[in-house]
Amino acid sequence: MDLNYSPEEKAFQLEVREFLKENYPKDIQQKVAKGIALKKDDYVRWQKILANKDGWVAPGWPAEYGGPGWTPVQKYIFDEECGAANCLRTVAFGLVMLAPVLMKFGTVEQREKYLGDILNSDVWWCQGYSEPNSGSDLASLQTKAEKQGDHYIVNGSKTWTTHGHYADMMFTLVRTSQEDRKQKGISFLLIDMTAPGVTTTPIITVDGMHVVNQIFLENVKVPVENLVGKEGDGWTIAKSLLMHERTYIAQVPRSKKQIARLKELASKERYNGKPLIEDAAFKAKISAVEIELMALEMTNMRVLSKLSSGDAPGAESSLLKVKGTEVQQAITALLMEAVGYFGMPYVKESMTDGWQEEPIGPEEASVLAPHYFDWRKSSIYGGSNEIQKNIMAKAVLGL
Amino acid sequence: MNLEFSEEMVMLQDSVLKFLQNEYDFETRQSLSRSGIGYSEDNWQSFAEMGLLGIPFDEEFGGFGFGQTGLIVVMEAIGKGLVVEPYLASIVLGGLLIQRAGSEEQKEAILPALIGGELKLAFAYVERHARYNLTDVEFKAELQGDQYCLSGSKSVVLNAETADKIIVSARTSGDNFSEQGISLFIVDKNSTGLTSRDYQTVDGLRASELTFDNVMVDQAAIVGELDNALPAIEYVIDAATAAICAEGVGVVTELRDKTVEYLKTRKQFDQPIGNFQVLQHRCVDMFMTEEQMRSLSYLAAIKVAEGDGTERTKSVSAAKVYLGDARTIVGEQAAQLHGGIGVTDELDVAHYVKRLAMMNALFGDRDYHLQRFSQA
Repeated sequence: MDLNYSPEEKAFQLEVREFLKENYPKDIQQKVAKGIALKKDDYVRWQKILANKDGWVAPGWPAEYGGPGWTPVQKYIFDEECGAANCLRTVAFGLVMLAPVLMKFGTVEQREKYLGDILNSDVWWCQGYSEPNSGSDLASLQTKAEKQGDHYIVNGSKTWTTHGHYADMMFTLVRTSQEDRKQKGISFLLIDMTAPGVTTTPIITVDGMHVVNQIFLENVKVPVENLVGKEGDGWTIAKSLLMHERTYIAQVPRSKKQIARLKELASKERYNGKPLIEDAAFKAKISAVEIELMALEMTNMRVLSKLSSGDAPGAESSLLKVKGTEVQQAITALLMEAVGYFGMPYVKESMTDGWQEEPIGPEEASVLAPHYFDWRKSSIYGGSNEIQKNIMAKAVLGL
Repeated sequence: MNLEFSEEMVMLQDSVLKFLQNEYDFETRQSLSRSGIGYSEDNWQSFAEMGLLGIPFDEEFGGFGFGQTGLIVVMEAIGKGLVVEPYLASIVLGGLLIQRAGSEEQKEAILPALIGGELKLAFAYVERHARYNLTDVEFKAELQGDQYCLSGSKSVVLNAETADKIIVSARTSGDNFSEQGISLFIVDKNSTGLTSRDYQTVDGLRASELTFDNVMVDQAAIVGELDNALPAIEYVIDAATAAICAEGVGVVTELRDKTVEYLKTRKQFDQPIGNFQVLQHRCVDMFMTEEQMRSLSYLAAIKVAEGDGTERTKSVSAAKVYLGDARTIVGEQAAQLHGGIGVTDELDVAHYVKRLAMMNALFGDRDYHLQRFSQA
């Protein structure tokens, strides 16, 4: 039992670190560090840099599709270094979610048509799963696709669509038939966001920002070749998609960086004439989160060690999701608490690029409460934490 | 990076678990716990034959050389079986202290006999007023001629009753709370002036209150450096803490398993109560705690094996905080989910819950370790 990297892995770690130091744009790094809202251009710029470095933008892709073909440990190291360097997290929809689906279930034509553009961030994807009346009970979705000749006619609505307003394409779960078992009539369809009948409406979240959208689909014509797999395969495909990148889901490197940010902030803030971080009660709260994160990191590594020795992974992704989001949320709460009164002023402009005014109270304080509220999403998205517990109860405990 | 057990370790694990399955059912454990010395000397000899007593010790003294990470599998098994034999007291606390601080002569005299099951140790370090502070040592050792005179009391000394030798911490110089001036002595249990009040603990183990009334020992009885034993004491308490965190994983695994099984068979409202989501999610909470504890127990063992320093302190205290949390998240819920039967003496569940609760106090409770983590 040991936690040390091999000499080759250490060399790789150094290579990644050097590359990030040389090539990660400083302006994007500043935005990530300060918690300023990111734009599509930031993502595209960074993702293209990574893509041009031997496909580093797609750590999970095999070499035959232009990925680096890394081992699980190499992927982990890359993720760790990116977190430590405050890197912008690449957008998962095309790279992490759709691409493996196309590799596994797509036709040769579909792979040729889409994978290259995903790798180079030339086509931007969003995910069309949730509907206004289908959240945790995703299989109850009602968006209908009726086959007419060589097209499907799609009607319905998708919601909580992250980056829908940036997207060129949407991978979507639609109902192609009414079966007695609701999972059976679902299909996986790729929809052009510029097609007539597609309307994107912003949803402003509690932090005042526009990231998610509702998408309306009204008699949208989708060519039959945009169906992935067979009709009725949608549920199986969606489930397999959730199994990808399970060690990535916990976001341990990002949380480590956020803990460091919290400690720095608590060292600058003062209380009773001393740095806040010397306050025993506040320090104990930080420690409790750090301990959770330590456990999570080690659980992550245990999963990784299993994957590396060729074992089939189990339902660990649910555990990593629940514990990972609990830690993320706890840190946002402590960051907000660290600035005391100065969590209160609402300075919306400070959350976007180019704001030059004098901050109210500590620098960066004004983004902390909005971030705290925004991160409530993490225990809701990707299958709510309660749904994850249902999965663990069934899959692990047999209840 | 590799977090899997070696083939040898897996074989050892299999043989311990098989032994427990065949020879150590709950009724047997209970009767052993209530019998004369509180455990079975025959079992201890079996442990020696299986090689369990040599797991953490260097090969030159007859051990396996598996070190701290080797203890994980045996301690998890001890937790699963609620084992009452004095492994923690004699092998982990006593043996590792000798391995760390003992002279070559002491190691040669003690470790092979310990590994062979012919000799047992106990470590006396707790004082009435000290709570978890290892520097709060009032117990005195004074040089008189060419001998040391030991006087004072030690509390809750695990398995002192059947130990052949007691290792005791004493102040040889400096004021109370001073990190310097603490020394270790190894003393025959039957020394003149050493009296013992033996008792059963709530979780079915054995411990003693020891009184040293001017016990005279030679200077050869000093273990490690005179006046500078604190690093060795801190090491062995960390090593033992990591070990009981692994034991805790075993306890928690059993509790989770037994609770889930109970939920599948117990029917109320015309259905197994495991159908109810509120109970399912509690079991998932137990499962997640178990997995996170397992992770921290591995980490603590790895860091103890790597050597002294902040990383050892942090990882051991983190694991112990989680063990404290397990008392509520796993222990209390297991009792609750079993309903009335969960608080009967007859059912094993209550005894696992007791062990988990007592382990919280052992080597510093949750609050102590959270603070220690904070300050490291």
